[in-house]
Amino acid sequence: MSFVPGQPVTAVVERVEIQKLRQGENLILGFSIGGGIDQDPGQNPFSEDKSDKGIYVTRISPKGPADLAGLKMGDKIMQVNGWDMTMVTHDQARKKLTKKREDVVRLLVTRKSLEEAVKHSKCSYPKH
Amino acid sequence: MDTESTYSGYSYYSGRSRGSHRHGERSRDRHKSRSKDSRSEKSVTINTPPAEPLLGDTAVRGEQVQDDNWGETTTAITGTSEHSLSQEDIVRITKDLEDSVGLDCRRYFTRTLAIILGLLVFLTPLAFLVLPHILWPDKLQSCGTACEGLFISVAFKLLILLLAVWALFFRPARAGLPRVYVFRALLAVLVLLFVISYWLFYGVRILDSQDENYQGIVQYAVSLVDALLFIHYLAIVLLELRQLQPCYSVCVTRSTDGETRHYNLGQLSIQRAALAIIEHYYCDFPVHNPALLSASKSRAAKHLAGLKVYNVDGPGNNTAAGIAHSQSRAMIAAAARRRDTSHNELYYEEAEHERRVRKRRARLVVAVEEAFTHIKRMQEEEQKKAPGDVMDPREAAQAIFPSMARALQKYLRTTKQQHCHSMESIQQHLAFCITNNMTPKAFLESYLTPGPTVQYSRDFWRARQWTLISEASVTSGLKDGTIFLLKCVDFSLVVTSKKIPYIQMSEEYIDPKSHKFVLRLQSETSV
Repeated sequence: MSFVPGQPVTAVVERVEIQKLRQGENLILGFSIGGGIDQDPGQNPFSEDKSDKGIYVTRISPKGPADLAGLKMGDKIMQVNGWDMTMVTHDQARKKLTKKREDVVRLLVTRKSLEEAVKHSKCSYPKH
Repeated sequence: MDTESTYSGYSYYSGRSRGSHRHGERSRDRHKSRSKDSRSEKSVTINTPPAEPLLGDTAVRGEQVQDDNWGETTTAITGTSEHSLSQEDIVRITKDLEDSVGLDCRRYFTRTLAIILGLLVFLTPLAFLVLPHILWPDKLQSCGTACEGLFISVAFKLLILLLAVWALFFRPARAGLPRVYVFRALLAVLVLLFVISYWLFYGVRILDSQDENYQGIVQYAVSLVDALLFIHYLAIVLLELRQLQPCYSVCVTRSTDGETRHYNLGQLSIQRAALAIIEHYYCDFPVHNPALLSASKSRAAKHLAGLKVYNVDGPGNNTAAGIAHSQSRAMIAAAARRRDTSHNELYYEEAEHERRVRKRRARLVVAVEEAFTHIKRMQEEEQKKAPGDVMDPREAAQAIFPSMARALQKYLRTTKQQHCHSMESIQQHLAFCITNNMTPKAFLESYLTPGPTVQYSRDFWRARQWTLISEASVTSGLKDGTIFLLKCVDFSLVVTSKKIPYIQMSEEYIDPKSHKFVLRLQSETSV
């Protein structure tokens, strides 16, 4: 999940679709994000590479919409509704997630276990 | 006991207590502890009698090996020790006499040499100027204005030289050192050679040929005075300036109680460094109190007294060294096996002593504060009104002294300082404090903490004769790792020196505009 400047970023991602829940006059998703290009990457407990300035999921409210959709704590969000999340500031990320007109957000998230799973599956099934 | 009488007899006869005999107020305890201290310093054999057969060198006292009844033959042992002591005594007394006579002789000798040299130096230019007028006045050219100007310059330069020499050399001698001061001797030799060479030149080229050019002669005299001023500058640099820059850090430890101080000295010879250290010692180290050492000595004596080693084989079987070896080894082994509870005693004793001192101190402070409230300074107007019952400071001190005397004496006895302060000195100090409007706490300060030696009465340190014991020559310079001893009668100061390291410093330039900061952000937003 580390990036080399100038090279395209490749990652194994999972599609997560979260329906926003209406609470009062707010639409909430039920998780918290941390990170961003304006934040200090060294304090991110979930990133493997401590210079990774991407947006990470830091907390999931139990039984919230994100939990039900299958989002896990520690996931790195790569895209939100088509918008890139790897090179945004914290506030930009928040804005993209909390648009009032959208009821649903489709995230592309990546985590370490996805890579492992793909590798595992590659090894288990020898090439024909 | 017999031993007691012989001990006190020794202290009466020894040269050192010529001084102590003057002051009868000193307690007997101090005499005894002092003589015991000196005993243990001199030789191992002269210890308290129980220790002697254990540690003594049996090769020397071979006739005592067989003596199982050492308890009854105590008189014989002290007989030998008294002999050896009195011999050493005589040696020391004669050495003292020799030294004092030798030192005085040497001081007068150097003084006369210095005076002769000084007179030679000052009269030489004047002689240069005057001799032509005496010897060949008719042939001499008359002195023009330039020449007379030179007279003025010679006069003033000589005056400056006189003042400078007086400032640098005519100071009261601080000490008598064992060897000659090398730099001073070298400078004296240099000046002598210099003046002699000038006289030679003058004698050969001017007196013999009877030169008529008087201005040349005057210029020659002026050049001599200039050169003498430069030699004086050299003297300042060598004698005063060179040792100012600190080069060595010396660590001075007192052998009896371990008081340690560190000083910075420049490049000095060992004897001058020793002199500087002794002067610092008088001002910095708390006064040496032999009464405080008796506790550890009694503990040591108890360790030794617990065991007695008997030689049942008799003499002649082993060599003397073998006997001593086996005795000491047996003793050490037995001491290791013995369950020693002396540390326990020490702990409780010290705690008890601490409590006692604090209690006495509290009583003392209260008594002194109360005593001070009894007198009041009288104002000017009152002085004219009531002439009766007016006291001067000494009488006031004597009036309030009895109310605090007992508490003070008890406190001094508990802290074993009673021999440092006599009643007279306490009353004097009290009068001094009253005169200068000092508070009771200020009055007590000199009794609660032991001050530097120099603050006590001169009897404490007047009779001090210091001996410098060093492996290197005392006129050689201080080096890294020099160790020497300064031995006094009661204790010695162990001095070690270490070189202050060479410092290599480099520079780094920081642009003032380069100080920039960013915030470390770590926010978490819930969506």
